[in-house]
Amino acid sequence: MANIPSDLKYAKTHEWVRVSGDVATVGITDHAQHELTDVVFVELPDVGRQIKAGESCAVVESVKTANDIYSPVSGQITEVNPAVVANPALVNTEPYAGGWFYKIKLSQPAELNALLGPEQYQAQIGGA
Amino acid sequence: MQRTPLYAAHQKLGGKLIEFGGWEMPVQYTSITDEHLAVRQAAGLFDISHMGEVLVSGPGAEGFLNRTLTNDARKLAPGQGQYTLMCNERGGVIDDLYAYRLAGQEYLLIINASRIGDDVAWLEKQLAAFPRRSEVKLENTSDATGALAVQGPRVVEFIDGCFQGPSTGGTIVAQVSDLKKNQIARFGYGGDTIWISRTGYTGEDGFEVVAPAGIIEAIWNQLLSAGQPHGLKPAGLGARDTLRTEVCYPLYGHELDENTTPIEAGVGFFVALDKGDFNGRSVLAEQKAKGPAKKLVAFKMTDRSAPPRPHYAIWSTGPGAAKIGEVVSGTQSPSLGIGIGMGYVPAAFAKTNTPIEIEIRGKRAPAILVPKPIYRKPD
Repeated sequence: MANIPSDLKYAKTHEWVRVSGDVATVGITDHAQHELTDVVFVELPDVGRQIKAGESCAVVESVKTANDIYSPVSGQITEVNPAVVANPALVNTEPYAGGWFYKIKLSQPAELNALLGPEQYQAQIGGA
Repeated sequence: MQRTPLYAAHQKLGGKLIEFGGWEMPVQYTSITDEHLAVRQAAGLFDISHMGEVLVSGPGAEGFLNRTLTNDARKLAPGQGQYTLMCNERGGVIDDLYAYRLAGQEYLLIINASRIGDDVAWLEKQLAAFPRRSEVKLENTSDATGALAVQGPRVVEFIDGCFQGPSTGGTIVAQVSDLKKNQIARFGYGGDTIWISRTGYTGEDGFEVVAPAGIIEAIWNQLLSAGQPHGLKPAGLGARDTLRTEVCYPLYGHELDENTTPIEAGVGFFVALDKGDFNGRSVLAEQKAKGPAKKLVAFKMTDRSAPPRPHYAIWSTGPGAAKIGEVVSGTQSPSLGIGIGMGYVPAAFAKTNTPIEIEIRGKRAPAILVPKPIYRKPD
């Protein structure tokens, strides 16, 4: 059973969002890392970049595939996670903690309302 | 999609099933990296029942095989096998395979799963034109046959406990682990007979078992329970690919295809020009003498990067840098922790230590040409 923390919001494309004031932290879900398995490379956006919700802004590569990550929210990248770049396996072992990708200062906080809650995300991924 | 006799076993082990060459096969059970490292450090168990088995027998069998395959079948004693290739008239590879002499006039060909149809059609066509065709019998036993590979340095700790020696055909040995590399022997298993060879596709010591489809699951289960205390893990096609890429073994459809010759692919050692005529001989002889126009090279990324993958462009470096070729196999190497791969470049560029760049999603990342195999076991 995939882990779906109750304090996060989720995108249909399997990104999660943790909000603190007007800054959001973004990563990919336990379900997503389980589907990918062995993550070997993570490419993150540059700090300072302006992103629109739905825009592809990062890449996660497993042994078998390369996968685009779509930002669930719009804003400016304030920080990226050097630990996950140095150790991509963190995406698999700590998708909600050490495997976070970037922090973004929200330019359109109302977008959070369009994201899925934990039950809705659970429903989307089924019983996996 | 077709399923092997081990499909239920894969489901029971939680294998992640994907499509491969028309077959529903496990790409991994837990993690490609874990399974790969298990094979390098202990042991891994692979289902290879999707591969094809063709029996070629009769007084004309040796001559027929020497006409259709590149290696010299006359070198095979009963109970011995050799890597070989089957070429068309242009020297292009129809398949790469193993040929075993089981007995004086009996041969077993182990062929790629994705090529069974093409290979059998080609062999039948060649046989129809072979002068001694009435002395050759061709039998495609693929559907009735299962196979598995058990590979890794610790296999010898448990394999003899799974099979009753001595062998009853092929190389005569008291027990399985007495087989030398490339040797094959027949053993009894319950009321059936099976063949076991000391061969593999991983670069590790190991064995391959060919058995009637109806008993392959029993053999799989026995090896799994005997091997688990010695670190044996079931391993899928994902690890099979990373293992063979590390040691630069070709995979049909990547390093080899009908428009690529064994000489270009660097396996000219398995082309016996001196055995008499065979399909593709004149083209291969010319390439061996003059050198081929393109060559298969192996490379290692020199900086952390996304993994190189098939079809990514290979670039030369320096002034006049240009695209010079394409990757045919590439991956993140679990043993080396860096991207590795193989590709074709013009012969003039094919010198080891030449710096190159691999174009990965629009950006060129530095790499260097290295000798094969890319991964070598520490002594």
